[in-house]
Amino acid sequence: MSTSLQTTPLDAWHRAAGAKMVPFAGFEMPIHYGSIVAEHNTCRGSGVLFDVSHMGRLRLDGDGAADLLDWLLTRRVTDLSVGQTRYSLICREDGGVLDDVLVSNLETPSGQQYFLLVVNASNRQKIWEWILPHLDRFPGVRLTDRTELTAMIAVQGPKVMAACGRFFKFDPNRLKYYRSVITEHLGKPTIISRTGYTGEDGFELIVRAEEAVRVWENMLLAGRDAGFTAAGLGARDTLRTEAGMPLYGHELSETITPVQAGLTFACNLASRDFVGRDTIEQLMTTGANQTRVGLLPDTKRVVRDGSAIFSAAQQPSDHQPSDQLPIGQVTSGCPSPTLGYPIAMGYVNSSHSKAERVLVDLRGEMVPARIVPLPFYRRPS
Amino acid sequence: MSRDEKNLLFAESHEWVDVSDTGGEKIATIGISAFAIEQLNDLVYMDLPAAGRVLSKGEEFGEVESVKAVSPLYSPISGEIIEVHRDLADNLDQLKDDPYDFGWILKVRINDDSELRAMMDHAAYKEQCSEAG
Repeated sequence: MSTSLQTTPLDAWHRAAGAKMVPFAGFEMPIHYGSIVAEHNTCRGSGVLFDVSHMGRLRLDGDGAADLLDWLLTRRVTDLSVGQTRYSLICREDGGVLDDVLVSNLETPSGQQYFLLVVNASNRQKIWEWILPHLDRFPGVRLTDRTELTAMIAVQGPKVMAACGRFFKFDPNRLKYYRSVITEHLGKPTIISRTGYTGEDGFELIVRAEEAVRVWENMLLAGRDAGFTAAGLGARDTLRTEAGMPLYGHELSETITPVQAGLTFACNLASRDFVGRDTIEQLMTTGANQTRVGLLPDTKRVVRDGSAIFSAAQQPSDHQPSDQLPIGQVTSGCPSPTLGYPIAMGYVNSSHSKAERVLVDLRGEMVPARIVPLPFYRRPS
Repeated sequence: MSRDEKNLLFAESHEWVDVSDTGGEKIATIGISAFAIEQLNDLVYMDLPAAGRVLSKGEEFGEVESVKAVSPLYSPISGEIIEVHRDLADNLDQLKDDPYDFGWILKVRINDDSELRAMMDHAAYKEQCSEAG
């Protein structure tokens, strides 16, 4: 293993539990502890714990922090009340997505208010450097990277709230979806957010690095009777794909706009300005050239990231790859453990986004696929 | 008939071979190792060739797909495929549980059994796996 990879505060726990560790965004992370499918199903049926300490955690304190973030984020920040969390995008002037983030307005028990920005691990440095030049205009703002001082644990599944809630000073059952609070677990400070990336109920915790193992083991113990287990990045990926959630580097990149990605709900244009606003407004009027769609390939095999999508109307002869231009590309694909068949997401030319059938190049073989609305899975309400 | 993995030969690419002598013909039964199956994790699909196809040593004859990746299957020896384990593709859980008996993939009539000399015995293969793991 390369020595340049970072480890999370839970690294020794993962290894002792038999995790298969893989490099991911500069960290060594568990991809699974034996079976991706079993971990996936445990999340849908009961509850699992993910170590997501690789995610970047940036803190903004001081006067002007809300205004600075309001200028950089596609979603309004200035009206975020204490305890609120929002999903937002950070875009370039041309609308290209630099990252998708969660921003929270938090208050410490001693009454100090600050903003927490949770960014993708692979974008942590980029977003840090994107914010830095703006500090000149907002001299009252202090930016700190909390990633390495803390650990982040996602506890996700239908039995999580009932099993784990009472172990916090502030019971997260009292938190609405997309609300956060700084509370205590066994006398130590914990940020708890009713958020997640699996399509299930649950919460995400941020604790001091030295508390990580204790908190992790306590959550496992709390869910022991319900069968909670640890889950790796493999299950996290199949869970979020079923839930139709974009992943940076797949559905999102600097060459994709929020309008193409179908994330206009995360763009507030009314009576405010922000980086990328003009392009996004224009695209919302004219429509984007490409649209993110769900795909159901008619095969048992898995259509994966990078596969070209062709129009079914330009049906190539005997299932050979078409010499026509593709109308799009697959960005994520996996077997869906919940549904029992393969699913995929991708981008197609908007003129084809309402087409029922397309063809996907599955390693040289043309496979029919249906375009379907996202998500593939919605938890029973 | 229960195969003892200690008596099998292994390729670097994780296929196993069991050679039997039937009426003067050498028949190789080919599968993939328990280690490879464990590394692949959660198999979802297996693509198999047709009987009658003639394989050369090292030729790709199919693929096995897991949740995360697709891996090609390579023939460890040259010869004609005389039988394909068609039930395997629909019973990948059983392949995981029983890679050396239920999990056989192909039977191949061997042309040149000197090719087997390049393969590893169980001890050498285990060593390769411990280095990889």
